[in-house]
Amino acid sequence: MIKIDIDKKLHGSNGEMALQVNLEIKQGDFVALSGQSGSGKTTLLRILAGLEKASGEINVFGTAWLDGKKKLPPQERGIGFVFQDYALFANMTVMQNLLYVQKDETLANHLLELTQLSELKNRYPNTLSGGQQQRVSLCRALMKRPKILLMDEPLSALDPDMRTKLQHDILTLHKEFGTTTIMVSHDPSEIYRLASRVLVLEQGKITQDGTTKEVLLHTRGSQKFTFSGELLEIIKADVIYIAVVAIGQQIVEVVVDSHEVKNFTIGQKVQVSTKAFSPSLS
Amino acid sequence: MNELNFEPFFLSFRLAATVTFILFLIALPLGWWLSQTKNRFKPMIEAVVSLPIVLPPSVLGFYILYALSYNSPFGSFMNEYFGIKMVFNFTGLVIASCFYSFPFMVQPLQGGFESLNKNMLEASYIAGKGKIKTLLHVALPNIKPALLTALIITFAHTVGEFGVVLMVGGSIPGETKVASVAIYEYVEVMDYKSAHIYSAIMVALSFLVLLGVYMFNQHQNRRLRVI
Repeated sequence: MIKIDIDKKLHGSNGEMALQVNLEIKQGDFVALSGQSGSGKTTLLRILAGLEKASGEINVFGTAWLDGKKKLPPQERGIGFVFQDYALFANMTVMQNLLYVQKDETLANHLLELTQLSELKNRYPNTLSGGQQQRVSLCRALMKRPKILLMDEPLSALDPDMRTKLQHDILTLHKEFGTTTIMVSHDPSEIYRLASRVLVLEQGKITQDGTTKEVLLHTRGSQKFTFSGELLEIIKADVIYIAVVAIGQQIVEVVVDSHEVKNFTIGQKVQVSTKAFSPSLS
Repeated sequence: MNELNFEPFFLSFRLAATVTFILFLIALPLGWWLSQTKNRFKPMIEAVVSLPIVLPPSVLGFYILYALSYNSPFGSFMNEYFGIKMVFNFTGLVIASCFYSFPFMVQPLQGGFESLNKNMLEASYIAGKGKIKTLLHVALPNIKPALLTALIITFAHTVGEFGVVLMVGGSIPGETKVASVAIYEYVEVMDYKSAHIYSAIMVALSFLVLLGVYMFNQHQNRRLRVI
């Protein structure tokens, strides 16, 4: 069991903010950490890694990592960390990157095989593609057989195809090693595919905590589907109004009654949902 | 005109090599520390380190001359207890040059370390490696251009110094008469031919050294560039 109860003052883009997190994570769990930028996700991850100071308590499988203000240095925590920008050692080959962490060639070869990198083991990082570099980074993070694997938006710099491949790799490695994993991610499909639990952080506090289904599926009652979007424009067309809404990368039009129009303002967050056939805005 | 004597050049290079070696050992930990620390005294230390760039060599030379002479507590202490004289000899030149060239070693190293991807260093800490191992195995190999710049510029700057050397060392042949001082003396006695030859050698050597540095850096930057 991992127990986290921490407190830290942050100077975010929206002024001062307190990061206050209290939660428990079961061994072997795959937890996704979601929330807007500036909500404290990366800081929370860095506190867990010991890279940033905080006060409170972190206890990992019976070992105190943080006790009041006394913190165990990152060197002694036995964690794996995957950075968004890979952060590979540029002066070492793929193999050397792995062996620098732990002189265990059997494990290194096994990891490279699982991620189909064996052929590239003598290459230098800057000769690899982004996806390949991130796979190396993932392997490197697992070389210590870490107690916890922390990933900070590991796939956000990659294109969609490469993301899918890497998600598969992450899943394979998670099944193989059973490492307790905490991953920062914004991509609902990615979270759904990989994680079993989702935490949503807002302004330094956890506002949602549940299974992926509970947190990510937004349909309620008789609604068949619901999308969250941003209201871009309302166009008058004869007696009716057409609302233009951005849902992710998609722009859609929804018919709105004239007496409903005054309830909406341009730029607000709206839910587009449908019951049987008629879409409605709420 | 006397037979051309190359001793001043050998002396200059011996001095520069000694100073570069000593300064590397001092500046490596200091540059690393300055690049990593958030200590509030950091600007103060940086300012002190950079002073020799701004100060006239005569000011620096004067203070060093005073500090190393028998008149100062330090100079008399070293002389009385260790029998080490530090002015108007090679030892004095080395000490003075170390002060004079210090910023040229510290600044490129510090800049190189500061430009490193912080996540890369943190990845090393997370891998269980301490600061020293990270410095030697990750940080230093990834700042090769800055490292080479620091070494060469320190070396070249020491070869090229004149004012401090003249004040602390004087012009004793084979002991403190380095190339720059020798040229000054040739001009003073109006032996322009020797001055020309010495100066031309200095220009050619300096150019070749700098050309080598920039060629190496271009090559390295290409190799280490992240796609």
